[in-house]
Amino acid sequence: MLSTLQPPRSLSHFRTNPTLLLRYTSLKPLSSLSSQPVIHSTITDQPQSPNPLPHSQILSTRHSLLSRHLTATQLADSFLARLRLTEPHLRSFLHVSDSVLAQARELDEKIQRNEELGPLAGVLVAVKDNICTAEMPSTAGSRVLEGYTPPYDATAVRKIKELGGIVVGKTNLDEFGMGSTTEGSAFQVTANPWDVSRVPGGSSGGSAAAVSARQCMVSLGSDTGGSVRQPASFCGVVGLKPTYGRVSRFGLMAYASSLDVIGCFGMSVADAGILLYAISGHDRLDASSSKREVPNLEAEFVSISSLDSKPLKGLRIGLIRETLDDGVDTGVTSAVRNAALHLEELGCFVNEVSLPSFSLGLPAYYILASSESSSNLSRYDGVRYGNQVPADELNSQYKDSRAKGFGSEVKRRILTGTYALSAGYYDANYKRAQQVRTIIRKSFKAALDEHDILISPAAPSAAYKIGEKKNDPLAMYAGDIMTVNVNLAGLPALVLPCGFVEGGSAGLPVGLQMIGAAFDEGKLLKVGHIFEQTLQNCNFVPPLIADEVTS
Amino acid sequence: MASTIFRSLHTNPCLLHPTALLRRKDVILYCTMRSAQTQTAATPDKVKPQVKVAPNIQNKTLEKASKDYEAVIGIETHVQLNTLTKAFCSCPYNYGSPPNTSVCPVCMGLPGALPVLNMKVIESAIKVGLSLNCKLSFNSKFDRKQYFYPDLPKGYQISQFDVPIATGGYIDVDLPLEYGGGHRKFGITRVHMEEDAGKLLHSEGGSYSQESYERLRLTLSLFWILFVYFMQVDLNRAGVPLLEIVSEPDMRTGIEAAEYAAELQRLVRYLGVSNGNMQEGSLRCDVNISVRPIGNIEFGTKVEIKNLNSFSSVSRAIDYEISRQVLLHSQGEDKEIVQETRLWEEGAQKTVTMRKKEGLADYRYFPEPDLPGVFLTQDYVDGIRNTLPELPETKRRRYEKMGLSMQDVLFLANDVNVAEFFDTTITKGADVKLATNWIMGDIAAYMKNEKLTIDEIKLSPKELAELIASIKDGTISGKIGKEILFELLAKGGTVKGLIEEKDLIVDPAEIEKMVEKVVSENPKQLEQYRGGKTKLQGYFAGQVMKLSKGKANPGLLNKILLEKLNAKS
Ligand SMILES: [Zn+2]
Repeated sequence: MLSTLQPPRSLSHFRTNPTLLLRYTSLKPLSSLSSQPVIHSTITDQPQSPNPLPHSQILSTRHSLLSRHLTATQLADSFLARLRLTEPHLRSFLHVSDSVLAQARELDEKIQRNEELGPLAGVLVAVKDNICTAEMPSTAGSRVLEGYTPPYDATAVRKIKELGGIVVGKTNLDEFGMGSTTEGSAFQVTANPWDVSRVPGGSSGGSAAAVSARQCMVSLGSDTGGSVRQPASFCGVVGLKPTYGRVSRFGLMAYASSLDVIGCFGMSVADAGILLYAISGHDRLDASSSKREVPNLEAEFVSISSLDSKPLKGLRIGLIRETLDDGVDTGVTSAVRNAALHLEELGCFVNEVSLPSFSLGLPAYYILASSESSSNLSRYDGVRYGNQVPADELNSQYKDSRAKGFGSEVKRRILTGTYALSAGYYDANYKRAQQVRTIIRKSFKAALDEHDILISPAAPSAAYKIGEKKNDPLAMYAGDIMTVNVNLAGLPALVLPCGFVEGGSAGLPVGLQMIGAAFDEGKLLKVGHIFEQTLQNCNFVPPLIADEVTS
Repeated sequence: MASTIFRSLHTNPCLLHPTALLRRKDVILYCTMRSAQTQTAATPDKVKPQVKVAPNIQNKTLEKASKDYEAVIGIETHVQLNTLTKAFCSCPYNYGSPPNTSVCPVCMGLPGALPVLNMKVIESAIKVGLSLNCKLSFNSKFDRKQYFYPDLPKGYQISQFDVPIATGGYIDVDLPLEYGGGHRKFGITRVHMEEDAGKLLHSEGGSYSQESYERLRLTLSLFWILFVYFMQVDLNRAGVPLLEIVSEPDMRTGIEAAEYAAELQRLVRYLGVSNGNMQEGSLRCDVNISVRPIGNIEFGTKVEIKNLNSFSSVSRAIDYEISRQVLLHSQGEDKEIVQETRLWEEGAQKTVTMRKKEGLADYRYFPEPDLPGVFLTQDYVDGIRNTLPELPETKRRRYEKMGLSMQDVLFLANDVNVAEFFDTTITKGADVKLATNWIMGDIAAYMKNEKLTIDEIKLSPKELAELIASIKDGTISGKIGKEILFELLAKGGTVKGLIEEKDLIVDPAEIEKMVEKVVSENPKQLEQYRGGKTKLQGYFAGQVMKLSKGKANPGLLNKILLEKLNAKS
């Protein structure tokens, strides 16, 4: 029954199947065989102690397969089972691969033959649907691309496959990445695993929810103005936005080319870092990808037992003052201040730092992103593929295809961008926004010359209700204030859960954003890993799956 | 029915070409050392520009009026670069390949695909920029030019806007002698890099230029629905690198404009960056033209002419358009001249309105975020500068200094391959004037008859030099030389080999024997000769030649004969 995987939308009848639950929990005893302290090899993510520490699902998978405690098929089975159970509540996937088990079996045969395994062997990866996959539809959440399957894999996807990773499916998003709630998808609304009446954030809401609900081990998202970091914060998972140029954009459907990056989601900092390491590096198919060498990021994840009492001694942390101003929920502010205290306990020197240009980022971002998107989306004209509307005039063909193919948020941004680039308006809009971008870049540079890392909330609030901001685009845009500056500056940033605010049945997670110097992902991962391994009294497994497992 | 109309709009090279050839008859091959199809074809010099102008315009009033006006002409030229792969992907481009056989996600504009610059494009642009005496931008960039058209897969063209790679140059032109000759210097405003668009096809496989497509849309609305149904886009050409070269409005006549274009073609062929073929669309000229009363500083209203597939159409279209505008001016109807794009109709030999411009098109240019800036270093530029070949202008001036007539100079320098052939022949020691005569005479005639280019003939410059030397030193006669030339042209081989094959007698002893025989058999004539009738030398020479069946080396023969005749015995 498990091997005949169907698209999730038609699977609601699996929800209460007791055999699935049985099978799922039956895997649990095997997991206790792990001997490594940091790397728990539990595959069930069930709380083992009142306060389980996040562990690397990738490393435990590697360990389980190599030690032959588990087969890849068993692992895949258990995740697919959970995917089926949770998907009717979450709707995080637009497409689920029907070859996951076949690939897992193939991998098991390789293990049987003692063949060498890739570092991501058996790792189940979900991919945001604006990232091209050769064997699966890639719609970017838009009607314009309904039914479109690209002829090639994005470079990041190709690398994952080459290293042994298995793509589970394509996750939901705001159309072309334009939105902060995933409500902007043309196909479905994704729910937050912490409270299904709330949004998972966006635009990579599907990828964040999928990792949060353990529907997959890790996932790829894309981050143009915060689309990885804000949903990571809303869903209580780790989200990593790399430096612009660190990961090839080839195969990422462009929203705003100078801001877009592919980012990673994981249940732990280590997972996000290992996934980033796998997909990083120069790509001759992307002229904006950096030729810088990628350091071995896996080396940053030291075992907790080897840490002394002040493992981050001497590290200079700047808390961005402007991110704690009015308009930020007090619960969020206090969670971030507590996180700062925690960093101090770890030996860091924390002080407040002011970035006066911070508030300029939001308008500059929306002008630049809209301008570039108005150009990038020109190719979806219905002449070549997608949703061609028959018309007897070329102009009306363009108009009809685009009017019916695009949702309202996309149209709003295309119009804004077209206006911003128009003759007579260019200087006051696009050019001025570029000048602001330069100022922001410089002020971050100055702040990062004096600090190792800057911290801020990842979003001004925790997850809000579905529909709450749907008809108020300005309110939604305002929610991006914490993240857009980082894209404008092209810097890497890591978001990891640091606490809770009230809401839902078990509280709602709050994310802490750590911003580093360009190409210094290593430092972010190191600090993030130690932070997460030493954070007490927090359990970031959402009630949705905790409930289902114990019920 | 629709397809018949489509066909008639399609510029048919087969119809065009014979007339172009005919017109050229009087001037030997001036611009056409290449094969007939590749033309440098209808070069301006062959064309009597006034001949074809419609009679209603060409009247006495007009002739009188045209003296009071001057035309101001500028040209935008698109040169397709012959790089191995396209500008931003690794697809090759071969003219005439079946539709959509040379495409990839990048040049098809598929979602997620990104452009990566082919560095050969920069190299070619720098070569052209330097050769056009331009100032290079060491820090330039690419921009997106945005407009919707079915042949433009991304909805924008990657181009250069405010910082072109080269600006502010000039080009030297020698006007053809048939039009009075003379030297001109035309300004070059800018050179920038961009990518080509695809081509629109209809289901029967014919191809249409953007212009005819546009025209169809305006004039054949009845068939428009059908057309859209059959319409296809061939993206083979999409993403092929182009250089757009914009001239200053420095030209005043059709001939000047056509010669400017011909010089650009020569230049890119010399540089090897393009095949410069107009009929394949590798070199495309859009002409901007306005007319103003002489003495006026302000320009008149500018009209753009497209669909110019040969230099002769450049020349004729301009002259037609000048006449049209002058006539309107002289009749006080200059308000009728509006800013518009007109098409040159080869069949009717006139320009017709394609589209009126309603204000300036807003292309919403902005810097291409997918490509890094283009940064040049002095070393890189110098490296390219040092590899530049001798350019047409330099070559012409050098040939002039060698003492060649202007007609010879223009002929030899016109085609880079002919010039190279000539230069190599000279390097091998051949006499300049003789080499010129052979190349412009028998060799050119042979190529013309056989429709061959100089690269395709079997004769090498080395053997031509050898041939010239052999005639000059008397090893063979001029007559034999010509025979050998045609054999070399057709079959190849060496001069020495062919002389041997012809069994030519070059052994002095053997010739001496024959001389002695003739002298001894003609004692009477010998006596007369020695008595002062030296003209008889010819008689003796003829007899010896007859005896050798024409195979004796004429130089040796005469030398030995003279010795024998003058010997005091
Ligand atoms: Zn291509």
